[in-house]
Amino acid sequence: MNTASLLVFDALLMLTLVGLAWAALAGSDERLSVILFIAFGLVLAVAWARLLAPDVALAEAAIGAGLSGALLLSAVGSRPRGASRTRASSMQNHTEEGNTRVLQWTITLLCAALAGILAWALLHALDIGPTDMLPQAISANLATSGVSNPVTAVLLNFRAYDTLLELAVLLAAVLGIFALGPATPGYQPAGPVFDGLVRWLVPVLILTAGYLLWVGAHAPGGAFQAGAMLAAAGVVLRLSGRSSIGLPNGLTLRIVMAAGVGMFLLVGLTLLVLGRPFLGYPPAWAGTLILMIETAAMLSIAATLLLAFHGGRPKSHALAARTESANAATSNTCNEEQTP
Amino acid sequence: MINLLSAILVLAGVFFYLAGSIGLLRLPDLYSRLHALTKADNLGLGLLIAGLALHMQDVFIVLKLLLIWLAVLAASATSAHLIARQARRREAGS
Repeated sequence: MNTASLLVFDALLMLTLVGLAWAALAGSDERLSVILFIAFGLVLAVAWARLLAPDVALAEAAIGAGLSGALLLSAVGSRPRGASRTRASSMQNHTEEGNTRVLQWTITLLCAALAGILAWALLHALDIGPTDMLPQAISANLATSGVSNPVTAVLLNFRAYDTLLELAVLLAAVLGIFALGPATPGYQPAGPVFDGLVRWLVPVLILTAGYLLWVGAHAPGGAFQAGAMLAAAGVVLRLSGRSSIGLPNGLTLRIVMAAGVGMFLLVGLTLLVLGRPFLGYPPAWAGTLILMIETAAMLSIAATLLLAFHGGRPKSHALAARTESANAATSNTCNEEQTP
Repeated sequence: MINLLSAILVLAGVFFYLAGSIGLLRLPDLYSRLHALTKADNLGLGLLIAGLALHMQDVFIVLKLLLIWLAVLAASATSAHLIARQARRREAGS
């Protein structure tokens, strides 16, 4: 009875996922597609939780649904309303329309190929599943990893190289964001209700980030989830019209952006100098080193995600404060006139 | 006894969720939909969390569940307010 009802639940979950994905891709209203994408991310997080992968579920809910959703919504919102996909393509001439079609078909074919490969890999994995030695190898070496959460042990110790390169990818991404030019203008100051929420939500988010970072050593959590929480605090601050807080300024921002990769390299190279392998932590120090790297990585991840939401190089604070005070006088009238 | 109480609470929560969802689908305009959705769902989540909390051995987990409820209460009240205010502004503008 219990397994049967779980099976029904799983089937419903999968059908909902496919349905949401289809609806998000097939609709012509971009705003609706984004909202469906957020719902898709949340249901996907539930699916990960059902697969007993709470670390991935947390990351999917925070980054996949939450921050990507905010990013996409602000991207859709910054474009004039009514510029939907179908209208935009009908405005263009035939060659461009043909190009769009070729592009769509290419993407569809590539996605189908990827899905095929994934299905093959899944079948293959199901085939060899129980004889795979990786989980046993991880649990056998968990005691020397410095942490008791196997996911953190893999990400920050056994396969620390991969995480270092992931952070390097994030650094490259943030450089790309900087290359886009100045950040998009901030939002109007929020009304009293939203402002009241922000005032206690932001401290709670920062506290949650610290908790997730700390708890990552022995339970689901870690730098990525904690960084997403910090970035969410920054997004909420920006949405409430506080453009002068949330991100540090100038050199500090650059240090924060590079902190993850920097701390990783510092630890790795120091260990090399001391005659150990690159990122081969001594077991007695592993816990401390992992916490140091994760703290730096959390700051970098948060800065990267938040800068993505800003959509470019942030203005200097002095300038932002001046513009804000200049706007303050006219903000009331602006608020009334702003009709999306 | 605890199982029974917990089941009653969770079922009551599900009932309010169902009522809220039906309200979202069936009610005529945005304001009454918001009313149905936020009020019923917040109560539903509260009952659900009360039902789950009865099963938790650790007080810390109960506190975390309570924090989730409070966060959702504040977030849904605020977003309902923002949506309603935006809709009123649009009505006044058109």
